[in-house]
Amino acid sequence: MSILLYLIPIALGLGFIGLAGFMWTLKNGQYDDIEGARWRILSDDDLPNR
Amino acid sequence: MNVPLRDWQAFASLKPDGTAEMNLAVEGITCAACMSVIERGLKAIPGVTNARVNLSTHRLRVDWAPDACDASAVVARLEALGYRAHPFDPTRRNAEEEAESRELWRCLGVAGFAAMNVMLLSVSVWAGNVSDIDPETRDLFHWISGLIAFPAVAYAGRPFFRSAYQAMRHFRTNMDVPISIGVWLTLGLSVFQTMRSAREAYFDGVLMLLFFLLAGRALDHAMRRRTRSVVENVAALRAFTAAKILPNGDVVDVPLSRVDPGDRVLVRAGERISVDGIVVDGSSDVDQSLVTGETDLAAVMRDTRVFAGTINVSGQLIVQVTAAAAGTLLDEVNRLLEAAAEGRSRYRRLADRAAQLYAPVVHTAAFATFLGWWLSGARSPADSMIIAVSVLIITCPCALALAIPVVQVVTSGALFSRNILVHSGDTIERMAGVDTVVFDKTGTLTLPSPILLGAKDVDRTVLARAGQLAAASRHPLGRALAEAAHAAPCALGTREVPGSGIEASVNGQIERLGSPEFCEVSQDDVAALLTRHPGASLVAYAPGDAPPVLYAFQQGLRADAAATIARIKSAGYVIEILSGDRTDAVRTIAEELGVERWQAEVTPTGKIARLEALKAGGRRVLMVGDGLNDAPALAAASVSMSPVTAVELAQASADAVFIGDRLSPVADGLSIARRAHLVMKQNLGFAVVYNAIAVPYAMAGHLTPLVAALAMSGSSLLVTLNALRLRADTRTENAS
Repeated sequence: MSILLYLIPIALGLGFIGLAGFMWTLKNGQYDDIEGARWRILSDDDLPNR
Repeated sequence: MNVPLRDWQAFASLKPDGTAEMNLAVEGITCAACMSVIERGLKAIPGVTNARVNLSTHRLRVDWAPDACDASAVVARLEALGYRAHPFDPTRRNAEEEAESRELWRCLGVAGFAAMNVMLLSVSVWAGNVSDIDPETRDLFHWISGLIAFPAVAYAGRPFFRSAYQAMRHFRTNMDVPISIGVWLTLGLSVFQTMRSAREAYFDGVLMLLFFLLAGRALDHAMRRRTRSVVENVAALRAFTAAKILPNGDVVDVPLSRVDPGDRVLVRAGERISVDGIVVDGSSDVDQSLVTGETDLAAVMRDTRVFAGTINVSGQLIVQVTAAAAGTLLDEVNRLLEAAAEGRSRYRRLADRAAQLYAPVVHTAAFATFLGWWLSGARSPADSMIIAVSVLIITCPCALALAIPVVQVVTSGALFSRNILVHSGDTIERMAGVDTVVFDKTGTLTLPSPILLGAKDVDRTVLARAGQLAAASRHPLGRALAEAAHAAPCALGTREVPGSGIEASVNGQIERLGSPEFCEVSQDDVAALLTRHPGASLVAYAPGDAPPVLYAFQQGLRADAAATIARIKSAGYVIEILSGDRTDAVRTIAEELGVERWQAEVTPTGKIARLEALKAGGRRVLMVGDGLNDAPALAAASVSMSPVTAVELAQASADAVFIGDRLSPVADGLSIARRAHLVMKQNLGFAVVYNAIAVPYAMAGHLTPLVAALAMSGSSLLVTLNALRLRADTRTENAS
């Protein structure tokens, strides 16, 4: 059962990464424009050589 | 000093890093292509560092370096790209609400994270409990769960604890009080259970409960923010600005927050006066019905006081500002909107009132359960405590608290997709109870601006010239003519002749546009045109080198008005038209639409009296209207709707606003509201039945807190899914 000593921290760590990611997207305002985001992915305007 | 320039720079704000920022509501954004056209076009201006369109809210944010570029260049480029921009007053950004919504989402994230991780451990414990988990491992898992749950609850539960604390401090209870007590009792009990190495702890239940409640709250918040953002865009379109006269004589359009007492403001004919002040130059008639309720025009001259919200009808005025502009009309409209947004649903209020009864009853029941089991000696104190806590958890008014708001959120989403914006959640319920629909005529059944009659027989080149002159006018008929001619404003040296029209000198000729007398049209021509188009309004254009031309305008019905009226009628509603307009004009419209009950030449008080009479007859009335004279009637009706072109006060007193040139949103709103009301009743019934079954069961000790938590989450899920059914319903109807 000593494997649990590794697995539980790993599971919690992964969860924390997910939570931190969510907080980051929230802080970045990525939910401010849900309509626009799905179109932006198709636009190449952000490529430097265009 | 005729058409003031808008001082765009006044709408921009400087950020600490030295760049300038401006927020605009952009008219004409329809799709993703517009988004990249605007962004690419603006970023091509030297100095612009960032331009970002928000496709959900139709807003644009532009950043630029103030030394390389300025605000008017940005607006000019937008104009060249074919989009009209309307500025937001930078002092009016609602940062507080934004912060509140972010906090809710952060709490939701934390609760979700913690619930998932604790559930992971709990499932292992449950599996282990029926197989071979050893007590040490189980205790370890419980301690880890507790370590996750405590900080998570302390963080994610703050919205509830804060509200519960506020309520208790004022000796009231609300829904959040039993929630907070239940949460902390269950946490405490779980720690106790863990310390004595028991088989069960209930950290998972607490976190799931918080997660569901936060989800409901975040949804509710999102709905209100969306309605508000659209209403704010509309407000920006109407530009709460004032034409300020600078010391050097220039006139610039500035946001109201940049007008101070002592400033001089120019108010042209046909404009709304946006400040309180004293007239220092000019004379005119002012429509004060908004302020005093009097419909007769008041004559104003030098040294007369004028008030924000009144309309300057005939001449040009220069007003010295006495009251700080921010404290006037804008605030009033905002306050009304906020009051409308805060208006809680009758059912929700009922739920809150129920909570006042409910919390003591439940807490007494739980306490009695504990005492009963303990004193009778049937269970140990700890087991009695578990039973008592399960009573608390199972009665936690989750399903009850979610039953109505979830339906409101889903319904307002469905209404939004049909171009209807609701100010408050209970609008939907009140709309569902309606059996009579009363329409105003002008601007509601008809389009807000008059249309040119016999447009086919009009000489286009003359019309184009007339249109250019008309574009400089602020008179409604002048605007309509400019629109019919597709004319853009251009710099003609025009002079407004109060009460008559405008004139301009073009190539040495005096051109005139205005009333037939002003343009010297013969009485016979006027009479001839009026026999062809009875009830039409006339505008004359005298090109100077040729005989004058007459144009006839009339209010046109909305394209789908007849179909919509037929649809509402066939659904069993009684329809009536109440109009302030002339009898023959109303009769024509009523006959065309097939409406038997109509009244013409009704005053605002007459409208209220008719509504009161209908109410006294046991009828529940939906009033649809747009004018200042409708505003009291809109507030008096059981529920009311306004087109988005309505005056601010009408919009603020209406429960819902519809967008676009069609009337069908009224019919859609009625049918969606009826269905939503049915689902609300189902949900409430379900919540009551659920409690009636579960509480005695829990008091009898047949329920562990785990099962209680699952049952409660299940019931919340059920009411949510039942509400979502509504969305699927309206979607399929939309597609068909």
